[in-house]
Amino acid sequence: MNNSLIIGQYVPGTSIVHKLDPRTKITIIFFYVFTVFFANSLPSYGVLVVFALASMLTSRVPIRFIMKGLTPVWFLIIFTFILHLFVTKEGTVIFDVWIFEFYSGGVIQGFAISIRFFLLILVTSLLTLTTTPIEITDAIEDMLRPLNKVKFPVHELALMMSISLRFIPTLMQETDKISRAQASRGVDFRTGPIKDRIKAVVPLLVPLFVSAFKRAEELAMAMEARGYQGGEGRSKLRELKIELRDIMVYLLFACVMAILFLTRTYS
Amino acid sequence: MDITFENVTYIYQPNSPFEHKALDDVSFHIESGSFVAIIGHTGSGKSTLISHLNGLSVPTEGIVSIGDYHLSKEDKPKNMKELRSRVGVVFQYPEHQLFEETVEKDIAFGPANFDVPQDEIKKRIDAIVPAVGLPTSVLERSPFDLSGGQMRRVAIAGVLAVKPDVLVLDEPTAGLDPRGQKEIMEMFYSLHKEQGLTTVLVTHSMEDAVKYADHVIILNKGSKYMEGKPEEVFTQKESLNQVHLDVPEMVRFINSFKERFGEEITFEKQTIKELAQMIKSVVKGAKV
Repeated sequence: MNNSLIIGQYVPGTSIVHKLDPRTKITIIFFYVFTVFFANSLPSYGVLVVFALASMLTSRVPIRFIMKGLTPVWFLIIFTFILHLFVTKEGTVIFDVWIFEFYSGGVIQGFAISIRFFLLILVTSLLTLTTTPIEITDAIEDMLRPLNKVKFPVHELALMMSISLRFIPTLMQETDKISRAQASRGVDFRTGPIKDRIKAVVPLLVPLFVSAFKRAEELAMAMEARGYQGGEGRSKLRELKIELRDIMVYLLFACVMAILFLTRTYS
Repeated sequence: MDITFENVTYIYQPNSPFEHKALDDVSFHIESGSFVAIIGHTGSGKSTLISHLNGLSVPTEGIVSIGDYHLSKEDKPKNMKELRSRVGVVFQYPEHQLFEETVEKDIAFGPANFDVPQDEIKKRIDAIVPAVGLPTSVLERSPFDLSGGQMRRVAIAGVLAVKPDVLVLDEPTAGLDPRGQKEIMEMFYSLHKEQGLTTVLVTHSMEDAVKYADHVIILNKGSKYMEGKPEEVFTQKESLNQVHLDVPEMVRFINSFKERFGEEITFEKQTIKELAQMIKSVVKGAKV
């Protein structure tokens, strides 16, 4: 099983970050991502970093686990940093190696972009780490509700999203099971020439599709048998409710934004 | 082939919040040619255990030995494929692994992967298809057109066609009708006897374990809980109940018989007929 990528993996917990209304989390992250691009001074970056690290610590998701999950992203961050180092020609030359001259602007720019990248990935993965997929789709459905006025099928979209999210682990398990069964019958997925390895995928994909279609049919039947007829007049098991803590967090976030825009340099 | 587990521990997703110890310091020995039943409640580690038998899982700690193949964290055999050709595994709901266009091709898939020559494969298919209770007319059909029970038999034939020395069965009769269950278990048992296979059966059914196994291993929460001959293990009602297992029907009967009549009958894997005979002699001797 591949467990190096954590975006999309939920870690159960009872911290305030877990308990926040998912709409609050999505709204705040939306504005956060937006404002990350407005930061341009050391203090303004400081505010953003403190906010992100503070939410990470309060979520009580093991830090080692988050950092391990970010490994694929490190590469991207380092790559952009190096790119900036070479390409940006602003400020004064700090040092030069062979034919390359490195400018102070490049270093600063590189750091700034890397931090932005890091913060974006950190807060968004924090969202999926502390919010179940069902909560996220519920929140999206609720936030998109105004689109109902223009006949946009919000409920159906949300249902499709939650069904596909729901079946990702099931399909992963199924894949694991089938690949074990075929490996026992002598299929080698890992070694050998590319041609053989591509061929080895057929005994994996065919059963996977067969069972996915069967599952879809069974699900449709079960939903119909229980009288499912779309979102019209349907009540919810989990009502989303804005609590005091959500308001507090909004206020806190507003303060963070205010500080950020105050410390930003305008030129 | 002899199978030995030496202090085997297996951990899923180590060093993550999802870390889960599926096997905890399990040791046992299975002698070549024996029929072993592995029993345990859901989540007791049975499926993890059998995935070690053909190297699908490698122990986090400890050593698994299957014949001359040794599996440990430090030492994985290079000839894993050879090991897999000698240990055949029938997984739970094996019909989910079917994928070929025809039944014949699907059965041939395993042996072809292990480089069995074509004419030999043909010979094996001709022998195996009737043995698993399928008519030869299914060979040309698509496996997806068959009934669930027939699909199961095709999948089993696909494993048997490899001619393994060790046969691992993970609840091979789950979801079949009672008659199909009996037929399939009888088929495995006669194969076991005829070809001198070493058979490992994972099951929920105490009745199957009593009927076929000559050695029983009971797992609970990833550890070995009990081990021994079926007639020793299955008479310990209290210990079994503690791990949510029940004694076989026959033991239950003997226990109530004792309560009602005060006569001891020892459970020694007798058939129903033999038991009836024993009851007869006991009751005849006593005043009823």
